[in-house]
Amino acid sequence: MYDKLIFEISKPGRIGYSLPKEKVGNYEIDSKLTRKASLDMPEVTEFDVVRHYTNVSQKNYGVDQGFYPLGSCTMKYNPKINDEVVNNSKFTNIHPLQNVASTQGSLEVYYETSRMLAELTGLHEFSFNPYAGAQGEAVGIMIMKQYHINRGDLKRTKVIVPDSAHGTNPATVSVCGMEVIQVDSTEDGIVDVEKLKPLLNDEVAGIMLTNPNTLGIFERDICKISEMVHEAGGLLYYDGANLNALLGLYRPGDMGFDIMHINLHKTFSTPHGGGGPGSGPVGVTKELAHLLPNPRVLKEGNMYHLSYSNDSIGSISGFYGNFLVVLRAYTYLLTLGKENVKNVANFAVLNANYIKESLKDDYILPIKGLCKHEVVFDGLVNKNATTLDVAKRLLDYGYHPPTIYFPLIFHQSMMIEPTEVESKETLDDFIDVMKKIAKEAEENPEILKEAPHHTVVRRLDEVKAAKSPKVKYKDIL
Amino acid sequence: MSKILENLKYAASHEWVRVEDGFAYIGITDYAQDSLGSIVYIEVGEVGDEVAQGEEFGAVESVKAASDLLSPVSGEIVEVNENVLDNTEDVNGDPYGSWLIKVKMSDESELDNLLDPKQYEESLD
Amino acid sequence: MFKYFPHTNKDIEEMLSKIGVASLEELFAEIPAHIKTNKDFDLPSAKSEQEIRKHMQDLSNRNEEYTSFLGAGSYDVYTPSIIGALTSRQEFLTSYTPYQPEISQGTLTYIFEFQSMICELTGMDVSNASVYDGATATAEAMFMAIAATKRNKVLVSSAVNPRVIAVLRTYAKYRDIEIELIETESFYTSKTDLVNKLNHEVAAVIVQNPNFFGTIEEFSEFEELIHNNKSLYIMNVDPSTLSVLKTPREYGADIACGDGQTLGIPYNFGGPYVGFMATTEKYLRRMPGRICGMTNDVDGKRGFVLTLQAREQHIRREKANSNICSNQSLMALHTVIYMAVMGKQGLIDVAKMAYNNAHYLEEKLLATKKFEKVDKQVFFKEFVLKSKVDLEKLNEYLLEKGFLSGLDLKQVDPKFKDLVMFCATEVRTKNEIDEFVRLVEVF
Repeated sequence: MYDKLIFEISKPGRIGYSLPKEKVGNYEIDSKLTRKASLDMPEVTEFDVVRHYTNVSQKNYGVDQGFYPLGSCTMKYNPKINDEVVNNSKFTNIHPLQNVASTQGSLEVYYETSRMLAELTGLHEFSFNPYAGAQGEAVGIMIMKQYHINRGDLKRTKVIVPDSAHGTNPATVSVCGMEVIQVDSTEDGIVDVEKLKPLLNDEVAGIMLTNPNTLGIFERDICKISEMVHEAGGLLYYDGANLNALLGLYRPGDMGFDIMHINLHKTFSTPHGGGGPGSGPVGVTKELAHLLPNPRVLKEGNMYHLSYSNDSIGSISGFYGNFLVVLRAYTYLLTLGKENVKNVANFAVLNANYIKESLKDDYILPIKGLCKHEVVFDGLVNKNATTLDVAKRLLDYGYHPPTIYFPLIFHQSMMIEPTEVESKETLDDFIDVMKKIAKEAEENPEILKEAPHHTVVRRLDEVKAAKSPKVKYKDIL
Repeated sequence: MSKILENLKYAASHEWVRVEDGFAYIGITDYAQDSLGSIVYIEVGEVGDEVAQGEEFGAVESVKAASDLLSPVSGEIVEVNENVLDNTEDVNGDPYGSWLIKVKMSDESELDNLLDPKQYEESLD
Repeated sequence: MFKYFPHTNKDIEEMLSKIGVASLEELFAEIPAHIKTNKDFDLPSAKSEQEIRKHMQDLSNRNEEYTSFLGAGSYDVYTPSIIGALTSRQEFLTSYTPYQPEISQGTLTYIFEFQSMICELTGMDVSNASVYDGATATAEAMFMAIAATKRNKVLVSSAVNPRVIAVLRTYAKYRDIEIELIETESFYTSKTDLVNKLNHEVAAVIVQNPNFFGTIEEFSEFEELIHNNKSLYIMNVDPSTLSVLKTPREYGADIACGDGQTLGIPYNFGGPYVGFMATTEKYLRRMPGRICGMTNDVDGKRGFVLTLQAREQHIRREKANSNICSNQSLMALHTVIYMAVMGKQGLIDVAKMAYNNAHYLEEKLLATKKFEKVDKQVFFKEFVLKSKVDLEKLNEYLLEKGFLSGLDLKQVDPKFKDLVMFCATEVRTKNEIDEFVRLVEVF
């Protein structure tokens, strides 16, 4: 298997570029200001670069090629029409500071996508400035904090987070200078309303929830929770990571949420790109809209414009977020249309429950009953190998493993989210392999513990990587 | 079954203390090293720094987790175990033999706030 | 039936039967009925692909493309053709974050290369795998300094991009961090004012080079002043200039950060871009975001993994350095391919070309006598001139002729009335510059 770094195929004297010949003359740069250090960048031909990255790509696995049952990641099909739409110089060759009369097309994309998402979520307006879910959360909590400050209430410095929350939630609360208060779950995996009661007081700014929660269970007491929190003077924040379970059927706004973020790269099909660029738009009720980050896209008559206001929490991005990602989501929404959006949740939840029923004899199902769009198992029934071992063995069968060791509530967590785009055949194949692996664990657990066997590299020494980090080419020369 | 030594005092946050002539040697327990997994990095304060009972004096990192180190006693750091900081795996192999900091205690009565071996063992259940 | 949904009626029947419910509705039985939405959504009807194409064509036609002499944080750069071809490969485009390293060596390889190249350009020891953009990278650098020094204030040069300053202010506000601006004199950061404002409360000093106004600053004695004060020296830089200009490391900075948009990424109406952060060995463990490191597998083969993840939010939870979960991976790949194919010489040639074009433009604009130089400004590819004609009207006129003119600086600060900031990159041709100047002449 190809194992080179671009620096290792470099040869002094080679070039890979062409530039027009200089015609304007040469102007000197004062040598006081110039770089003296050597510039050890690659010297390769254009073809070298193409060949290198083509080979490097072969060591990856995309959702285009196979099933990606990652819980809470919603790895659905990334439609190619979305990529085609983005590949248009009338969208890419537009400077963000051009006069608004010349960017009405792009501004409409922002405005209309906001409107469509508002329709689907029951909130009022969305900002696309946040670049990813985590940043969307930060914006949401800033809005929560500012809302109370504006009311003259400076005591509200705490945010309640369930014990099952994704790690970004408490981290976000800290980044915004607030304190995390944890609320426990019941045995059924939902927020314990009895345990929540005593936590609610005039120091609580609000609560951060995801629904369904990280266990794939719907928080059926959500209306009660919403009532309780609002009565105590707090706001409700919805982490939209699991929106795929509800899309078109239930709306966070109807459940009482005041602020939410969405992950366009999850629910709205934009590609993950190996870890970005994503987009984490934040939506709010009408009462909070003035707090959204600067600028907002507003409409007056037939014209869109960018609005900057001192009421806003401020700017959180250099410009207006990842426009091309929003453009993809916009195209996806047009393709889905009002007719099909209701079936996203239906089929996502159908698929997850089918997997749950099919695997519950081989994998421990800690929470009985129907799940939503994802199912959590707590390791093998036969316990002969760990969830990590199962995940590594799945790699040998050509699958990307599910999410492992999250949620933290279970020690051998395995979270599977099939999404609505996967066929019964794909699920059946996956189920067969999972059952096979469970059997292997019974008969020959070593084959799991030493997996993967067939991937381009096998288990990597992460301790070594962390102890003496080698993070650039010159560290390994 | 976590190993617990008899001659030490313990903090609920999994640090141990060995007292010798008014000085406190401080490290992390067997339970702590086991929970963390292979330790890759340890950071502690410097000689001369003040520490306070229950307050952070450093951090310990493994591949999968990071944890603050809370001082079981108040006082001044007089010595730092450089050898262990360079060979962090020693803490996994011999947690009670791998002290991290030596503190001149400012108030020995604070030791009464700590857990004795039996109490610490009970707290692990 | 819909082209993204594979379930036939037979499939649905079989699956419901296996699950033990009679209908799809029953799958949601535990949810209180009154919150189900029966709304007839005010959404467009599903469009076929052909209708989408027409619709998007119409929409995009309501945007205008110009020949641009505008910079101010987003630059018209050359994008080599191979980049699109390679970044659209499904293995790169549709893959997830490399948490399972055995099948993500592709992503991890290019991230390692990205980190290496950023270190090479900036002169720093370690780089992370990228962050959202230059503005948020600067905010994260600010947080690093606050945590490292346990102080609560940062000094920021007023010559830093105002949009970056706005982002710093927002993040600082919610963490009770104090920001104070350092004054500028003739578009240079004032050393006198820096000296006045440095004290034991200051965690970091943040500057930009070339600064927002295009000036290449000398920052003489800044390193000594800042380090004597035990503060961190943070420099926001344009990476495309570093093939030629003195590096942050050579200035003595502790953290280099900025936006990689100038490494071959189009305007994109403001995003996606890619932020980067690089620092010295000393601050390695304070760096937020993902970091890729080299290691070996059980057979001794070289491989790459995400490392130092214990710092990341998903393990430390509320103790994390920041709450960044993702990087801008594919955009990092975009810039890696750019840096690889332009290579050592190309990166120098492109930078010089932008420099030459900008200086030629300035010369010609001054020759029209409609502008004058404000002060002795040593600049890279952007420069400030004082307009002797009505700036608004001039810019409108140029727009009508298909040219995006320089930034009217009174938008940044009313005290900059009649000042305009022009930019010329390697993409501008002599003909375009000459035509632009001709139009100014006849205005």
